[in-house]
Amino acid sequence: MNINTTKIISLLFFIFSAFYLYTAYQIQVFAFDENAPFNARTFPIYLGYAGLFFSGLKLVLPEPNTIKVDHKNLEYKKTAILIVIAIIYGATILKVGYFLTTSLFLFSSYYFLGERRWILMFLLSFPFVAAFMYLLHGILDIYLRDPFLQSIGVMG
Amino acid sequence: MIEGILIGLTTALTLQNILMVMVGCFFGTIIGMLPGLGPMTAIALMIPITYGFDPATGLILMAGVYYGAVFGGSTSSILLNAPGVPGTVATSFDGYPMAQQGKAGKALAIAAWSSFAGGTLSAIYLLFMAPSLSKVSLSFRSPDYFALMILGLTAIAAFSSKGQFLKAMMMVVLGLMLASVGQDSLSDITRFTFENMNLTDGISFVLVVMATFAMSEALTIILKRNDPTSAAKQVSLTELGSIKINKEERSKMYKTIPRSSIIGFLIGVLPGAGATIASFLAYGMERNVVNDEEKEKFGKGSVNGLSAPETANNAACSGSFVPMLTLGIPGSGTTAVMLGALLGFGVQPGPRLYMTNPEIFWSIIMSMYIGMVILLILNLPLIPYIARILAVPKNYLIPLILFFSVTGIYVMSFNNFDIYLMIGIAVVATFLRLYDFPMPPLILAFVLGGLMEENLRRSLLLSNGSWEFLWDRTLTLCILLTTILIVVWHFYKSIIKK
Repeated sequence: MNINTTKIISLLFFIFSAFYLYTAYQIQVFAFDENAPFNARTFPIYLGYAGLFFSGLKLVLPEPNTIKVDHKNLEYKKTAILIVIAIIYGATILKVGYFLTTSLFLFSSYYFLGERRWILMFLLSFPFVAAFMYLLHGILDIYLRDPFLQSIGVMG
Repeated sequence: MIEGILIGLTTALTLQNILMVMVGCFFGTIIGMLPGLGPMTAIALMIPITYGFDPATGLILMAGVYYGAVFGGSTSSILLNAPGVPGTVATSFDGYPMAQQGKAGKALAIAAWSSFAGGTLSAIYLLFMAPSLSKVSLSFRSPDYFALMILGLTAIAAFSSKGQFLKAMMMVVLGLMLASVGQDSLSDITRFTFENMNLTDGISFVLVVMATFAMSEALTIILKRNDPTSAAKQVSLTELGSIKINKEERSKMYKTIPRSSIIGFLIGVLPGAGATIASFLAYGMERNVVNDEEKEKFGKGSVNGLSAPETANNAACSGSFVPMLTLGIPGSGTTAVMLGALLGFGVQPGPRLYMTNPEIFWSIIMSMYIGMVILLILNLPLIPYIARILAVPKNYLIPLILFFSVTGIYVMSFNNFDIYLMIGIAVVATFLRLYDFPMPPLILAFVLGGLMEENLRRSLLLSNGSWEFLWDRTLTLCILLTTILIVVWHFYKSIIKK
């Protein structure tokens, strides 16, 4: 059996399905539902077996067209930076507020992607987010919590 | 019936109601274009406004928002590969590759004309068939729905390229697994939440679609930035191309539109089915009926592949009004929101609504046609301006896609856990996409997961745990045999090609 990344993904999916199936069997159902034709764990159990079946087949059957990914040409660093920026965004948005975090998220993303036109970067972050926020908060009446704008008295 | 139609026409053609259709279509298009803000959000936002109007006007406004948002969703599917609504996921299969080839304007024009034709034909079908169709839709039982969903999920085998059947099926299972997270709809027992309160309500559809399409698309573009093949794509992305549809493309659309509109309408009529299944089935059917040369173009910018789901999803929008108005059963999530509004107006939907409240029933149907004309008038001239999104350099476009994705999720829940979850799913999806694991089957399975479990539950309970329900009814059996035929046909074709 030829081991390639697709097979490794299939193996991981097989393990994941096994874990899912194990968890499905652990779902607590009401005592009167235990022997019912259908309860909360029935469908997940079928899904677990289906996952094992399809990933097992993929593992065992020969690969008709192997996918080759040229890792040398992939921009892992920039992608990882963007993911980290998004995680930081998620971690700060509730504490700092929508306006500042979103603007900084956009500004830093432009920067790390190699943009250096500062004025355009600024216009497409702070004023852009302000306009979008006005659309959501001011016109569509979708409440956006913003401790930063509240602290400087812009939002009530 | 003629009297009812005339009353409806008179109501729909009042200045106020025409204005409402225009406002609804425009507002819906804008909202639908923003990834994450689909017709459900737009209509939900409209409800407080509509209570100031009479029921017919309120519903006409919401209907305008509905098909405007579906068209707007197609625009973001084509330009950004970020479908805002499930009904336009299939549009991105060929619309986005077409945009990447520098034919964004043409893709949007095909989408506009197909939507118009689908919606118009569907409104005509609705006009003549609504009363009798409500009886047909009543005959569908849980086993039939379950079989129909199996058919829908198996049809995705048609979407997968050669040798991808098992990968597609793995994605189907993954989608169903993701849909099973959260409270069980009947017993309220929590499943796969690992005692995390944020997962109790399950994972939202918008989150999964944003993660697997918009965010993962943005990450893939960055990841493959130095890849020689994707660099060529970036250059062509800045080209809009003509919005003119040539004779050959028109002739393809003439064949696709009628059959896709019939599928879309019939699927839309079925309670719970809606635009998503319709667009996927129309896409799958179209792929199976075209010749081998055209079939090869599917997924790479096929005119038929773009026209079919676009026609079907708009046709299904009109069709989904039948079960909502005549049975009180919504045909989709969006019509469910509208049903709530209808009840709020004090109108009780039922098989006799078109006789007791003809002005509501028929004016909505009439306004659909007016809405389609307005959508076309609004959208065709705007295509060159809309498509300019493509001219935005990647350094700006990628962060903006990420911004719309993250904002879309944040404004839905105001919970940073959802942002983390979206990032996690997007990273996994990006990795899977690198190795050609298709994402559309995952999305379709995720959408259908809850309904599928619900119908299987009812079927098994009614048959006392026996699987005989699969062949007890002729309709169920026919749907299942079609499913088996699709699978056998797929393997037969694979073996023949080898």
